[in-house]
Amino acid sequence: MDRRTTIKWVLAAGAAWPLVPHRLARAASGEVTRAAQPTLSERTVRGGAPTAGYGTDPDLMRVYPAGELWPLCMTPAQRQLAGVLADLIIPADERSAGAAAVGAVDFIDEWISAPYPAHVRDREIVLPGFAWLDAEAGRRASPTFVDLAPLEQARICDTICDAARAAPDLAAAARFFALYRDLTAGAFYTTPVGRKDLGFIGNVALARFDGPPADLLKSLGLA
Amino acid sequence: MPFVTTKTLETAYDVVVVGSGAGGGQSAYTLSMDGARVLMLEAGRRYDPTTETPMFRTPDQAPLGGVGTPDKPFGFYDATIDGGWDVPGEPYVRADEADSGRFDWWRARMLGGRTNHWGRISLRNGPYDFKPRGRDGLGFDWPIAYEDVAPYYDKVELLIGVYGSNEGLENTPDSAPGCLLPPPKPLVSDLLIRQRALRLGIPTIPGHRAVLTRTLDHRRIPALLHPGNPRAQRLLALDMRRRSACIWATPCGLGCSIRANYQSTTVHLPPALASGNLDILTDAMVREITVGPDGRARGVSFVDRKTGAERTVVARVVVLAASAGETARILLNSKSARFPDGLANSSGKVGRYLMDTVGSSVGGQIPLLENLPPLNEDAADGHQLYTPWWLYQQQHAGKLGFARGYHIEFGGGKRMPGVGTGSIEWLNGGSYGAKFKQDVRRYYGSFVNFDGRGEMIPNEASYCEIDPVVKDKWGIPVLRFHWAWSEHELKQAAHMQKTFGEIIEAMGGRTHGAVQSDGAKAIGTGGSIIHEVGGAIMGADPNISVTNRWGQTWDVPNLFVADGAVFASNADKNPTLTIMALAWRSADHILERMRRREL
Repeated sequence: MDRRTTIKWVLAAGAAWPLVPHRLARAASGEVTRAAQPTLSERTVRGGAPTAGYGTDPDLMRVYPAGELWPLCMTPAQRQLAGVLADLIIPADERSAGAAAVGAVDFIDEWISAPYPAHVRDREIVLPGFAWLDAEAGRRASPTFVDLAPLEQARICDTICDAARAAPDLAAAARFFALYRDLTAGAFYTTPVGRKDLGFIGNVALARFDGPPADLLKSLGLA
Repeated sequence: MPFVTTKTLETAYDVVVVGSGAGGGQSAYTLSMDGARVLMLEAGRRYDPTTETPMFRTPDQAPLGGVGTPDKPFGFYDATIDGGWDVPGEPYVRADEADSGRFDWWRARMLGGRTNHWGRISLRNGPYDFKPRGRDGLGFDWPIAYEDVAPYYDKVELLIGVYGSNEGLENTPDSAPGCLLPPPKPLVSDLLIRQRALRLGIPTIPGHRAVLTRTLDHRRIPALLHPGNPRAQRLLALDMRRRSACIWATPCGLGCSIRANYQSTTVHLPPALASGNLDILTDAMVREITVGPDGRARGVSFVDRKTGAERTVVARVVVLAASAGETARILLNSKSARFPDGLANSSGKVGRYLMDTVGSSVGGQIPLLENLPPLNEDAADGHQLYTPWWLYQQQHAGKLGFARGYHIEFGGGKRMPGVGTGSIEWLNGGSYGAKFKQDVRRYYGSFVNFDGRGEMIPNEASYCEIDPVVKDKWGIPVLRFHWAWSEHELKQAAHMQKTFGEIIEAMGGRTHGAVQSDGAKAIGTGGSIIHEVGGAIMGADPNISVTNRWGQTWDVPNLFVADGAVFASNADKNPTLTIMALAWRSADHILERMRRREL
């Protein structure tokens, strides 16, 4: 993408951003993509048209690699940026790996490439957000965000990581960052590494369930 | 050959049952175990939970971390297939798009219907719930009382396996001794909720869910359920031995391949099929009930979804259990010169008095639950404890400003991390990096959620009818929904919000988002709780109801309704257990009348 296109995209997307919520806990929205009867409004008639997604009867026993169900949309440069940003949000530490090492880029690429309405909306936040980061890097005399030193990258993130405190002209970028943080966390904490990081020990067959230990309940005043 | 095709289908049966969920499954079970030749028609495909259930799958193995999409609204691994709010090829129409007048219609086109993914919450209606008009002058009384249904609640609980306890609380019935399985141990969050709610005068008791906390007693139960029928006893005992107890892992909504919870496909259908008296035809979309020159139901006509071919089948008795909306649709589409307004509709009440459950939720974060040690809190997948409606006296004295009650379903704990686990901006001011990782560890497992489930009073503005224009892909006219809440539901939803906010405050927590004092903003969309009932209500007066006390339609003596459509009210109690109890009762009545050659 050339610079002029990038700027146009960022401006256009920026104007639309305030309308777009970044909820991850998605209600069963299921928007209508096509009215079954052209004489009635799309909103009045529910259903009728199939989606372009995995359909209503996918094979639940199969694991579908990212890119198999729908083509991934990120360019190699965007994927590189996606990984750098994911690791800024969830870096490796003494307890666990960073987000990129556990497949966050594939997860986010699959997410924003999905044909469902909510995912299309997220794509329209994430890709312009990437462009905004590169544009910010450009203002600091760097060709792209990934070419910046980590400290410089963090300085940019610091301006947009808290939507409540971001400057008014950075509101759209802050909204992008919040969504991207949710997606990165979604990618990371759904993996075995993420589950272990949180000390999750469920999803195993038990012969019996005894409830919480008595000493814990006692310490909480619940015994 | 229990699973039949349109080629191996017999031409005539004793009973055709339309639908394979809670009502259809129970009807087919009771009828076929007692010797009737039954054909079950299911619009969706054959579905086998023992081979198709993705138990133990983790979100990272699913596309998009397993989140809901229009194709799979409750998540990729949810048991529902070919179902949801939108079903390709099967549109429906809303008369009103405003939130206040909106009805969302859930369907599950699969063997077992929505019993495959449901919450398994199994609460009995109480004595007040069958006679609500007698208490407050609103809605309708049922033509039956709690005492009529109680023996069937006992039977259903014994058959499917329900955990819970008897607490002797007002309008919250006890089961007969020996019916309930022991409830599971509560989680830390359950116990904290219990302690703090009690300080506000709000009781909590063990939940009731159709989950086997231990294996069913195959030596004792079959004889109780099928007295004088040794063959049925033997078949049921054999099948009960094949059901495993819960292994305290993997969400019930995925289905259960070890058959430790109730779904029609794992509990009703296997012994019924083993009886040799049940044929099941899937991919059979019923268009209408055919009627003979005598005005009685002859059978049904249906579309073979695989070929589009039209077929008919003949039976002595037709039982509709297609879901409240679909049952009304079939009746209304069964038009003839004799029945120009649809079948069983001389009252004009088919499709009328559609109801859902009032739903409103508040979540919160509880500092006391932060940084707890690792705990396996999968337990029974929720509803270890719940709060039944506790303000009957205040309400009856007119102190609440709304007429009917609600119960509270709540939950918390260190559940399987999901895509939303790190969405904590509202708590931590938007950290990232090492601090963010620490924050997620701190908050994980410290969240609680409260869902109110309340009674809706039937009203004239909530109904479905046939749309004059829109048809589905087989050319079958579709439903158009009208919907309105009354002040009772709106005020009840606001009361839920206030209560949940107070409990969270009493736990020392903070609510996620504002507590809504405006009921119109607090209440969920019509249909969104997926407790759609009514549309062919039972009553004592043929002028204002569609069926009698047996679910038998007033106009057509060999046509019965055995799903939620017959509900004359929709108590806060989740409808599934009552659907099964009524279906069993209705099937017993059909058997008796068939033996007497009256049907």
